[in-house]
Amino acid sequence: MKGNEALAEAAIRAGADAYFGYPITPQSEIIEYLMAENPEELTGMVVLQAESEVAAINMVYGAAGCGKRAMTSSSSPGISLKQEGLSYIAGAELPCVLVNVVRAGPGLGTIQPSQSDYFQAVKGGGHGDYKLIVLAPATVQESVDYVKLAFDLAFKYRNPVMILSDGIIGQMMEKVELFEQQPRLTEEFEWATVGKKPNKDSVIVTSLQLQSEEQEKVNLRLQAKYREVEKNEVRYETHNCEDAEYLFTAFGSCARITRKAMEMAREKGIKVGLLRPQTLYPFPVDAFHQLAGQLKGILTVEMNAGQMVEDVKLAVNGQTKVEHFGRFGGMIPSPEEILNAMEQKIIGG
Amino acid sequence: MNEEIIIAGFGGQGVLSMGQILCYSGVMQDKEVSWMPSYGPEMRGGTANCTAIISDEPISSPVLNAFDTAIVLNQPSMDKFEDAVKPGGLLIYEENGMTRKPRRTDINICSIAAYDESVKMKNTKVFNMIVIGGFLKVKPILDLENVIKGLKKVLPDRYHHLIPLNEEAIKKGMDLIKEENKLN
Repeated sequence: MKGNEALAEAAIRAGADAYFGYPITPQSEIIEYLMAENPEELTGMVVLQAESEVAAINMVYGAAGCGKRAMTSSSSPGISLKQEGLSYIAGAELPCVLVNVVRAGPGLGTIQPSQSDYFQAVKGGGHGDYKLIVLAPATVQESVDYVKLAFDLAFKYRNPVMILSDGIIGQMMEKVELFEQQPRLTEEFEWATVGKKPNKDSVIVTSLQLQSEEQEKVNLRLQAKYREVEKNEVRYETHNCEDAEYLFTAFGSCARITRKAMEMAREKGIKVGLLRPQTLYPFPVDAFHQLAGQLKGILTVEMNAGQMVEDVKLAVNGQTKVEHFGRFGGMIPSPEEILNAMEQKIIGG
Repeated sequence: MNEEIIIAGFGGQGVLSMGQILCYSGVMQDKEVSWMPSYGPEMRGGTANCTAIISDEPISSPVLNAFDTAIVLNQPSMDKFEDAVKPGGLLIYEENGMTRKPRRTDINICSIAAYDESVKMKNTKVFNMIVIGGFLKVKPILDLENVIKGLKKVLPDRYHHLIPLNEEAIKKGMDLIKEENKLN
């Protein structure tokens, strides 16, 4: 299946209650697929094309406030438009799933694949001290599996979860195994606004605290939650790291191209491993920290001008050399270029 | 077996669906597959291309710079991808509309007059299936029976009555393909 279509099907199967979106290349297949499948007949899931990205994210805010599994998707410029709503959802501590099929920027940029929204995804994006949980699929299979995982994490931590995909994963076709249809939620959450019961206080969903003391309490609660997330939810994959003297690191589609470069390096007898973060927040800090001691250098490969490399440097904390190689503007690095960069910047540098 | 293929031509020649058919056929034959289209400005008119990979092993990169096989259906595609064929690899080109012959001498080169044949068959839409037939003759990586199964997956139900015609086209392609340069 095509990445975007598989992801849309996964949303239905994950028992989502609602999808609100607005078309933009290269992720329009998500809303197209959902409209064509019309899951309202099958599961009761609402699919709506909003009048804009801003409207879509606020519809998600509303549905999430009612304790529903709500989701939206867009590509980079559209995700920028959603940042205000996203900050409100994070502030109000509501669960939702957001998919960003990244294209190159800044501005309207180009519709070709990119990873230039890493900072926006993992450092907040909107205003205020908040974090999204960020999952980075590298295959169509992971695009599917992460939809279910994203809803689970969103409700476990009452926090927005972003699936950071890109034009390659969204547009490519691969074999995929779909999970069984999950039931929609029947649980009534105590934080959800579903009508006041006579014997209970009203529930108010808000991100507004006029008193600084109250706002600080919210911030502290959020920070405590993020520490929990960092403790429990780190996910990553390693290849050939046992005897590695050098390390590639990359996420998403770029990690696959980099894996090819690693295979080519191994054929040449260079002891290179690959660490692929699957969660970008929480970042696999400990994994890098532990590996750093045995390594002569790390090359991060990204389709941007150097974003994840900053987190790698923080994790490694000076224990070994860290360099970045990137192509941007929708250009995709080739395995040969990546291997060459490893040889020039790390091994020979 | 690991076959990395680039298929390129004009939009409307069935370039993207050729890749899809090969990949679905690969799935039917228990192979790992990946299909990556050009979806950029090309899709909005002009040249189109897709990368199809069919392999016994899980596929790492879905995007490549060098290919085992390039199937080029117009001159701009030949200009772009002739040099991207790995030494010892295969280049298949459609004769119609080419203004020059391939220059490489270190690769296998085949040509096919698929367009003329599709006109004779009175259905130019099967053009791409003739080319697929030619490719499978030179590189028999997929069984015809699985290609037919793959076709059933790609074609919507309402076109399933055209499958015998497509099968005929594949067989025609197998007969038509001509070797221009063969390495030992």
